[in-house]
Amino acid sequence: MPEILHELVFDYTIRNVALGSAILGVAGGVLGCFAVLRRQSLMGDALAHATLPGVCVAFMLSGSRASVWLLLGAAVSAWIGALVILAIVRGTRIKQDAALGIVLSVFFGAGVVLLTAIARSGAAGQSGLDRFLFGQAASLIWPDVVTMGALAGAALLAVAVLFKEFKLLAFDPAFAASLGYPVRVLDVLLTSLIVVAVIVGIQAVGVVLVVALLIIPAASARQWTDRLSVMVLISALFGAASGVAGALISASGANLPTGPLIVLVATGIFLLSLVTGRRRGLLWSFLRDRRAAPEGLR
Amino acid sequence: MSADLVIIVTGILVAVPCALLGTLLVLRQMAMVGDAISHAVLPGIVLAFFISGSLGPLTALAGAGVFGVLTAVLIQALRDTGRVREDSSIGIVFTALFALGVFLISKFASSVHLDLEHVLYGEIAYAPINPLVVGGTYLGPRTFWTLGIVTVLAAGLVLALYKELKVSTFDPALATALGLSPALVHYLLMGAVSVTVVGAFDAVGAILVVAFLIVPPAAAYLVTERLSHMMLVAVLLGTVSAVAGYYLAAALDVAIAGAMTVVAGGLFALAALLSPAHGLLAHAARRYRSRRAFARELVLARLAALGGSAPEEELARALGWERRELARTLRSAARGGLVETAGGEVRVRRARSGAGRERRRGRSTARWPGWR
Repeated sequence: MPEILHELVFDYTIRNVALGSAILGVAGGVLGCFAVLRRQSLMGDALAHATLPGVCVAFMLSGSRASVWLLLGAAVSAWIGALVILAIVRGTRIKQDAALGIVLSVFFGAGVVLLTAIARSGAAGQSGLDRFLFGQAASLIWPDVVTMGALAGAALLAVAVLFKEFKLLAFDPAFAASLGYPVRVLDVLLTSLIVVAVIVGIQAVGVVLVVALLIIPAASARQWTDRLSVMVLISALFGAASGVAGALISASGANLPTGPLIVLVATGIFLLSLVTGRRRGLLWSFLRDRRAAPEGLR
Repeated sequence: MSADLVIIVTGILVAVPCALLGTLLVLRQMAMVGDAISHAVLPGIVLAFFISGSLGPLTALAGAGVFGVLTAVLIQALRDTGRVREDSSIGIVFTALFALGVFLISKFASSVHLDLEHVLYGEIAYAPINPLVVGGTYLGPRTFWTLGIVTVLAAGLVLALYKELKVSTFDPALATALGLSPALVHYLLMGAVSVTVVGAFDAVGAILVVAFLIVPPAAAYLVTERLSHMMLVAVLLGTVSAVAGYYLAAALDVAIAGAMTVVAGGLFALAALLSPAHGLLAHAARRYRSRRAFARELVLARLAALGGSAPEEELARALGWERRELARTLRSAARGGLVETAGGEVRVRRARSGAGRERRRGRSTARWPGWR
């Protein structure tokens, strides 16, 4: 273990991976709280898949694999996906779950179509899709980490500045509207910040697992507190801890993929929280029920 | 049978069971369950691979089937703890299981050939070159058999339990009161969805399954009000997407499953825009008409308050409106026979007949119940 800690400080790759994962964990943890409380946990899933056509178009237009262009393309198309979801939910009688599914599958399908068009022109192989789907934390270089940090920092700053507004939006949007807050604008803004979190994560852990980091730390933190501010902090802590622990475990042996390990650590924290969480742990209510039960029923 | 036809029929055999079950998922607001199951079965496929030592289609199907049902059970169990809401519960279960699957592959199977992309994103274009051969006899493309069975199962479930599915979807409390078990129906439906997702994604890939489960039923939901019609329309739209998607892909030389998804998305967009009852255009038109109607009512009310007639300028001042806005409203009110304008003086028009007055009042009170 001390050896690992030594490498954490001095090994270039491990330091990048651990730092990148921690950044992702914090961003996902904080923004995930709002998504989870607003019953939009799966928003991240839809938006992560919706990035694919943007990545393809960016690649076609710029002709480069420079991650700035691809990230920009990913962000734009995820953002369009988010607006389409909001429009479907507001404008038709389709419910949120189906709207998410529609954007997820249609955008992703369009991305696959574009991808085959690119592959046909001989510019890029399927390897691009592979990396996109499953991420490649080990290939993170220092500029990637800096980009992730800057994006996550901007998103966290926005949350800090608009904390009160987002809190109202999460718990009582009707009340927020009656107070004169621009609920629609805030809604779009919060969703855009989730897009940022997705973008931060895709490169490291891929489409599916970035979803986990938006849901699992937040759902774990929820078991420990009833206060949003505390929940956000605990969630960020859990996210960062999962990120660093996953990165270190994956560095400790061969064939240990970073992304899945981060998610498995986060899942472990979640199960622990579910059973022992201070406010709502299953263990405590079990014991309480036993104490409360009459002698004969024990 | 030609290769084109095999692919098209395969696409239709995915579209039909997905449309039937997806209709129920969309109505129960569980649309994302199909997506979750399609990812969560990965460890099942990997474990089946470890146990049997090979990745035959049947082993993969069995492993995936077990994990599909397990996913549905876990999602429900997690939700039943009361600590996590349904959407989070879906997200936690499927991402955790997917992570487990990727982990198992990288750790233990990286030296073995287990093509992740093919497992998850199977390729419909391979359908014609995968025949089912039993004891040396050629029995046609394999997908026809797997998907044919899936289609029969899904259609059988829907036909046999139509009433039960309908009641428990729209009114679970009533279903319980009638002695049906919504929980049992739920697990049957989840089992059928698992079998469909698993049977289909091996042949056509996960995206197409998820798309066919959600997109055609959602489009059908916008154009009909009856469950049976919704299922039929969804089946029709899914079939059209499969056929048109194939030709689109052939014309552009791109991924077939992706093109089918894109066509389904296009059909949904059409429904969302043009549906007479629930489309965006119909909504906008209705909003516009009621805004105009309300403006006419305001003009009439103000005129009545001013004693039944007033100069146009005074009326505009009393309403606090722009002259142009008033003129527009007056024109439409005059067309409806509500007011008449003579020399800048606006006057409420007397109804020529009782019927006319009734019609007018009926129209008015129907739209603005509180308005007299």
